[in-house]
Amino acid sequence: MNEAPLLAVEDLWVRFRTRARTVEAVRGIGFTVGRERLGIVGESGSGKSMTGRAILRLIRPPGEMTAKRLDLAGTDLLGLSERGMRAVRGERIAMIMQDPKYALNPVMRIGRQLIETLRVHAGVSRGEAKRQALAMLEAVQIRDPERVMRGYAHEVSGGMGQRVMIAMMLMAGPELLIADEPTSALDVTVQLDVLKIMDRLVRERGMGLVFISHDLRLVATFCDRVLVMYAGRIVEELRADRLDEAKHPYTQGLLHCLPKIGGGKAPLPTLRREAAWAR
Amino acid sequence: MGALIEVRDLNVVFGKGRQRVHAVKDVSFAVERGGSFGLVGESGSGKSTVLRAICGLAPIAGGQVLLDGAPVPHGIAFARRVQMVFQDPYASLHPRHTIDRVLAEPIAIHGLGDGEDRIERALDEVGLGSAFRFRYPHQLSGGQRQRVAIARALLLEPEVLLLDEPTSALDASVQAEVLNLLARLRAEKGLTYLLVSHDLAVVDHMCERLLVMQHGAAVERLEAAALEAHRVDTEYARTLLRASEGYRR
Amino acid sequence: MGLGAWLTTDTPRSRFQARMGQTYNGWRDLVRNPLAMLGLAIIVALVLMAALAPWVATHDPIVQTLKDRLLPPGAGGHPLGTDELGRDIYSRIVYGARITLYIVGIVAVTAPVFGLVVGTAAGYFGGWVDTVLMRLTDIFLAFPRLILALAFVAALGAGVGNAILAIALTAWPPYARVARAETLTVRNADYIAAARLQGAGATRIILGHVMPMCLSSVIVRVTLDMAGIILTAAGLGFLGLGAQPPLPEWGTMISAGRKFLLDHWWVATMPGLAIFVVSLGFNLLGDGLRDALDPRSAPR
Repeated sequence: MNEAPLLAVEDLWVRFRTRARTVEAVRGIGFTVGRERLGIVGESGSGKSMTGRAILRLIRPPGEMTAKRLDLAGTDLLGLSERGMRAVRGERIAMIMQDPKYALNPVMRIGRQLIETLRVHAGVSRGEAKRQALAMLEAVQIRDPERVMRGYAHEVSGGMGQRVMIAMMLMAGPELLIADEPTSALDVTVQLDVLKIMDRLVRERGMGLVFISHDLRLVATFCDRVLVMYAGRIVEELRADRLDEAKHPYTQGLLHCLPKIGGGKAPLPTLRREAAWAR
Repeated sequence: MGALIEVRDLNVVFGKGRQRVHAVKDVSFAVERGGSFGLVGESGSGKSTVLRAICGLAPIAGGQVLLDGAPVPHGIAFARRVQMVFQDPYASLHPRHTIDRVLAEPIAIHGLGDGEDRIERALDEVGLGSAFRFRYPHQLSGGQRQRVAIARALLLEPEVLLLDEPTSALDASVQAEVLNLLARLRAEKGLTYLLVSHDLAVVDHMCERLLVMQHGAAVERLEAAALEAHRVDTEYARTLLRASEGYRR
Repeated sequence: MGLGAWLTTDTPRSRFQARMGQTYNGWRDLVRNPLAMLGLAIIVALVLMAALAPWVATHDPIVQTLKDRLLPPGAGGHPLGTDELGRDIYSRIVYGARITLYIVGIVAVTAPVFGLVVGTAAGYFGGWVDTVLMRLTDIFLAFPRLILALAFVAALGAGVGNAILAIALTAWPPYARVARAETLTVRNADYIAAARLQGAGATRIILGHVMPMCLSSVIVRVTLDMAGIILTAAGLGFLGLGAQPPLPEWGTMISAGRKFLLDHWWVATMPGLAIFVVSLGFNLLGDGLRDALDPRSAPR
């Protein structure tokens, strides 16, 4: 990664002000994403999802985000108006959520959603949009795209829905894809298929990918680089293939606390959280 | 050596006519006393439905469930012998009941004595301590809630514990703690476990034997040792095994 | 340890403390909602007015002083004027608060309880129990409330007691509907299944597990319905089927004042305003309670 990074984040904070106190979900983190697959791993409450949303400036009140720098290939995202930001979302940065059921419009046919998306972003004719939508569904390995286009979100399975989401998100040709637990709601066998599709498309198009997950083992095998988050901080940054060289006790703990096939019946090592990690 | 819990040709059917769903098809297995048996499969495999059928939460359309060689008793007598821990600790505790109330309920139903002592002891056993006793579920973390659910299940001193994905809603480090707790309790109390999970590694860690299920039917019966040696016969079990190792480029 | 710390602690030491802490949290939610507090203030004022009526009122509400009849507001020491029999309207409204509260109070503790029992039983058992109970509810719902209340009062005879009975009989079906809907959403919850696996019977599950989940929507519904109940009571009074003269009931007062509406507007308007303000108070409080009564919205 010698080229300039696709996304540069400096000193990012996300705070939630509630009646009793202010909760700091993300606490001054900074990282860059190139045309690579970057994994962000952490347990619930680590701030990993909030980081993904903050990049898109999707933190809703009472939450608020601040950053010293949030730069997408030369565009200062912090300086954009809400309107400018809407143009960035979808067109330059796309986001895939955990459950496609909530991301797809339940009362609109899938085909129409795809076509509308294309027409809004690319401004192509209806016929051309339909042709591209079909091609995209084929690209995410949907066997019978015509049938899926006619269906509604609730009529497709989780894995199929997630493929449709990926197709929709990639249609506008974004530079960066943020995937927040994209396969956690799927069965393990389907999970790998979806990952394979995402992997291939991201690589073919030279996109950047931010892969947010709680599953260290999956992230380690899927991504190039891994950020480990704990209590709103990045505690360690690692090359994915060097995970076993992790130095931080939290990363080590996360690695070893998972049961392994053939790992025996001895008690699993548990994490002893130290207050110092959160500092 | 007779099995403590035995399921013979179990069939579960939901709905009628066009909406009829045959959720479990001719599933049989047996768990000996003190054993730990795993049911593995993906969503829709019917693994959880088997558990629910055993405790009467799903309609049995055919086959038998035997406890100690006799058909399972119903109601109060059943509760003393078989208990269940649910998947989602956020849904299995009543949002308006304090932990104290949750734990006091089985004592009241069964008219057990020395409730105070039992509650304190149950909380101690699952590593929570009495500071948690008067909190509401929303004041606890997922792992703490699951401990409460385990404490509730153990209050009646059952012989069999049905575990329905007990850790799938929890963080990895919390999962390790809860699995350790379950393993310890089983050793201490000589419990018999029937564990349902989508995670082969969890089942391998917790169980001596397991049954792989797909689309409501049994696919393959395995010893944990065979699984560890990757000696599996069916394609589906092999797929699951591969998937459990993470993504391969 | 101060009272605040005792209430907000994360580690309550007794059932009582846990419950009080929960109540305190709900109360703090309510306090932050200014409109709800306005509603609460109106209702507290109404209760105080009713309780302290002999001291708050300036005149006797029943004694007639014919020489002072139909005085406009402010004249002759009558802040809200006098009615056609020379009675002080202000004092009559103050004493009328007692009757209003009496009606509202009794309806509020009977109709929702009955509706709750019917609704949770129908929802929990399902099948033919559900069919029978809900068709019964539908029959009651099919009539406009006032018409049905009128029919009951006509059959039972006019008077405050019968008016209350008639209103309660017509008010319960909506609660049964609300309770049934809530029951259907919680019936298949894991915590209900868990209770069943512990050996709990239907009565215990309905009373201990299902009803608490229905309670908040029913309470909210009750406060929102209060306005309607007051209006129905006033309507019956207006039609001469509720409280009988010379009792100072607000609806009856409007009814008497309507004959003078063009020349002496205050006679009907003042009790009308009282009904309006109190209805508004209950509505505002009901809206606030909707947010405050959910334990899941408590701070973590």
